[in-house]
Amino acid sequence: MRLKAIAAFAAALLSGTCLAHAETITIATVNNSQMVVMQKLSSTWEQKTGNHINWVVLEENVLRQRVTTDIATHGGQFDIVTLGSYEAPLWGKQGWLKPLDGIADYDYKDVFPSVLQSLTEGGKLYALPFYAESSFTYYRKDLFQAAGLTMPSNPTYAQIDQYAAKLTDKSKQQYGICLRGKPGWGENMAFFDTLLNTYGGEWFDKGWNAQLDKKPWNDALTFYVHLLKDYGPPGASSNGFNENQALFSTGHCAMWIDATSGAGLIYDKNSSQVYDKTAFTAAPVDVTPNGSHWFWAWALAVPATSTKEATAKEFIAWATSKDYINLVGEKEGWTTLPPGTRLSTYSNPDYLKAAPFAGAVKTAIETADLDHPTLNPVPYTGIQYVSIPEFESIGTTVGQLVAAALTGQQTVDSALKQAQASVSSTMEQAGYTQ
Amino acid sequence: MSATTASGGAPASPKPRQKKKGPGGGVNTLPLLAPSVILLLIWMIVPLAMTLFFAFRRYNLLNPMIHGWAGFRNFEFLLKDPALLHSLVVSVIIVVGVIVITICLGTVLAAIFNQPFRGQGVARVLMISPFFVMPTVSALVWKNLLLDPVSGLFAAMFRMVGLQPVAWFSVFPLGSVMTILCWEWLPYAFLILFTALQSMDEEQLEAARLDGASALDIFFNIQLPHMSRAISVTIMIEMIFLLSVFAEIYVTTGGGPGYATTNLTFLIYQRALLAFNVGGASAAGVIAIILANIVSAFLTRSVAKRLEV
Amino acid sequence: MSYGVAKKGSPIAGTIAWIVALLMFFPIAWMVLASFKTEVQAVQSPPLIIFHPTLINYRDIFAEANYLQFAWNSIAISVGATLLSLIIGVPAAFSMAFYPTHRTRGLLLWMLSTKMLPAVGVLVPIYLLCRDAGLLDSKTALIIINMLSNLPIAIWMLYTFFRDLPKDIIEASRIDGANLRQVLVHVLLPLVMPGIASTGLLGIILCWNEAFWSLNLTAHSAAPLTAFIASFSAPQGLFWAKLSAASVLAIAPILIFGWISQKQLVSGLTFGAVK
Repeated sequence: MRLKAIAAFAAALLSGTCLAHAETITIATVNNSQMVVMQKLSSTWEQKTGNHINWVVLEENVLRQRVTTDIATHGGQFDIVTLGSYEAPLWGKQGWLKPLDGIADYDYKDVFPSVLQSLTEGGKLYALPFYAESSFTYYRKDLFQAAGLTMPSNPTYAQIDQYAAKLTDKSKQQYGICLRGKPGWGENMAFFDTLLNTYGGEWFDKGWNAQLDKKPWNDALTFYVHLLKDYGPPGASSNGFNENQALFSTGHCAMWIDATSGAGLIYDKNSSQVYDKTAFTAAPVDVTPNGSHWFWAWALAVPATSTKEATAKEFIAWATSKDYINLVGEKEGWTTLPPGTRLSTYSNPDYLKAAPFAGAVKTAIETADLDHPTLNPVPYTGIQYVSIPEFESIGTTVGQLVAAALTGQQTVDSALKQAQASVSSTMEQAGYTQ
Repeated sequence: MSATTASGGAPASPKPRQKKKGPGGGVNTLPLLAPSVILLLIWMIVPLAMTLFFAFRRYNLLNPMIHGWAGFRNFEFLLKDPALLHSLVVSVIIVVGVIVITICLGTVLAAIFNQPFRGQGVARVLMISPFFVMPTVSALVWKNLLLDPVSGLFAAMFRMVGLQPVAWFSVFPLGSVMTILCWEWLPYAFLILFTALQSMDEEQLEAARLDGASALDIFFNIQLPHMSRAISVTIMIEMIFLLSVFAEIYVTTGGGPGYATTNLTFLIYQRALLAFNVGGASAAGVIAIILANIVSAFLTRSVAKRLEV
Repeated sequence: MSYGVAKKGSPIAGTIAWIVALLMFFPIAWMVLASFKTEVQAVQSPPLIIFHPTLINYRDIFAEANYLQFAWNSIAISVGATLLSLIIGVPAAFSMAFYPTHRTRGLLLWMLSTKMLPAVGVLVPIYLLCRDAGLLDSKTALIIINMLSNLPIAIWMLYTFFRDLPKDIIEASRIDGANLRQVLVHVLLPLVMPGIASTGLLGIILCWNEAFWSLNLTAHSAAPLTAFIASFSAPQGLFWAKLSAASVLAIAPILIFGWISQKQLVSGLTFGAVK
């Protein structure tokens, strides 16, 4: 009898302490497959800690707009937000995020220094990386072989042009090259910026004067339009990362220059028809290797308005840990683990065996230099973006005009002329130039 | 805004149907009307006041360092923006185009459905279904499953007859968006016009037939005039909703390529939400409010008159 | 069809009508079909018409998102906003129909014109207001906003119904000693009930499909089905089949609701243009 009473008391005490500690946190995240896996596996964390998570899962553009509104107005709706290497330093600088340095037992040393650097502002780390990506060239080794071509390890855009011409067979719905064409700063402009950088161009000179009417822009855009018009799939101007990934995985593209994070799916038997016919090489270059491949990290951060900082940090530490990466590998398959953040991932034999692209991804991420994105010195950092708050709208407007040039609605000259006027006006309005 | 529209409607002919001293006598209608009017007034005035205030401020949510009065600079930047005029044109093309198409097709279909045939009830239910579908979903279905140039159904059909598939949203961006809008709004136009036709006096038609009038004569001389009020209603309701089309553009073309499908709503979205430039967006908002006033003045003068409101 | 008895039916008109009806419905049917395909089948070209249907998309969706909570929020917001707009709108419509003044038409049109303000332009101000009122991520905020944005349409529709009632009805009832409130509640409301029902139906449909405010003012606990769709559209990797399944789940309730109530709905949608 007494034993039972003690047991009941102990149980009550135990649940009591759990309740006192248990908290509910709200996490806003993007619906990329990596994040969907995180959502699924987070029940492990919930059981372990007794906390509960409310998920707000939205598509990328909606999420960005939703989270930005909330953070900038101090709405306080979220305890953890998913953001990119573009937002983290900008928002950190405004004091909108809580610093994430010095979490006890967190293995900071295992994270790629360049990745940590991209999420740091003024010496403080504002977000922890969930996965990171660069860009490289996917190609179909079977098609290259059949055409008697060999892909070099560091191709130039002139070579890509030749290969694309040879490998295009529109009657078979086989297109020489697939590239992003859908307007948006994170879509067509991500690729176009790398092309522009390697062509020796830049967005702004040292005095923040827009450079869109200069020769490199014209050359890069002319080449881009030619490549996609002559050797690309129909409707390239509405293809973003998703659409191109679908095209490539169903065997419609001979080459595809895009995010390294797409490789997991391309090499996955269940979702790709070309998993055994694909190879990869570095992103092509032209006059300079600077900024020829991009860098992006999806990261988790805690808004300054969160009242559940400790629990939020605890979750982030778990979700970006080595253990979590291994958990994904074991449960979901090694090709699909969140790549690009930790050194230990790239010495994991299971991963290296399952993911032949691992080495190339590591090199690409390590060599993407955010601080020197262009041939000439510029006042900004960021390869496929410019690290100023105005870039989201500038990039989207210019992305529209690039798409207009691609569909032939405008000539290259008139699109760039309009883009230059629009960018100059925005910069003037924001007070960068007089 | 309230002042212009309210007085805009005022000078029209006073209601003959009811004299001031109606059956209610000196009923005080204020308590009945007040809640609605006050609520709508607040709903209009508060955002309007804030919009007007912010339109003259330098206010970017993402860059709190920049603040202060802007004078007319927000308007200046906006009016210099070539996208503004373009977006106004696109707005007008969408509104007028979709209204004309849905009303023409709707009239023809109403006439066809007015003939008795087997399973008419079921056919009508199928016909009006698109009206219930949320705009985001309609746009996604058309964009992915039907119009996609590689895996879409249309592309497959084109290839079957040996044609090159067309990249609809790149080659005919505005036309493609309008196709989706017509698909959404044709059911509405059809339903109203069909109901109007059904309410026709059968004897009048019979008499016309006995007089030897052809089916076309009857349609143009008797049925069409009978439908004129229904057409007015359709124009008015469609106009209100089409002016603020957003989801269909957002999902399919994102306003492009270039500015090909950027209407005023979408332009404000680009300037406001994407850039979080509250000042600039508010200036665009003021222009949109002026436009809304012009449209409602137009409605007052032309369409509403027919409704015997 | 009031006069359908006299004629046997016209085969040509019937055929055309059926073809058009099927064409109009086709995109929805096609989407339903795609929702039962695997992802690989969904992007196949030429498209598969005959295939072995799978429920995997629906299973995945139920595992990933709490569909029932989204659906419940949609129902609560639509019904709440619609009821509220009827409670506020009926007296206004009644008074304008029975006691019109020279201002009535202007007032009605002004009300409609409030619907033409672009919501995107005032998101930030409204967001700030909701934050200060503590109404972010609450159904209350969405109910109020939906109510306000549908109120003009509701009043207009109700107005047309009240206008069609015989005018001497009040006089007659008042002779019997009823006061105005009693007349409104016991005599007019029952008469205009079909109109109220029709107005309510349209209100529910419009609220259900409202996406902008629903997305921007909610986070987790008040998010309706339009937010549910946004969590399945455009993820990395193309998921047409899954997106189709999510779309089917989001529109099915309102579509079925619309089908059942369409006869009732029609009478209101004409805004009194058809007697």
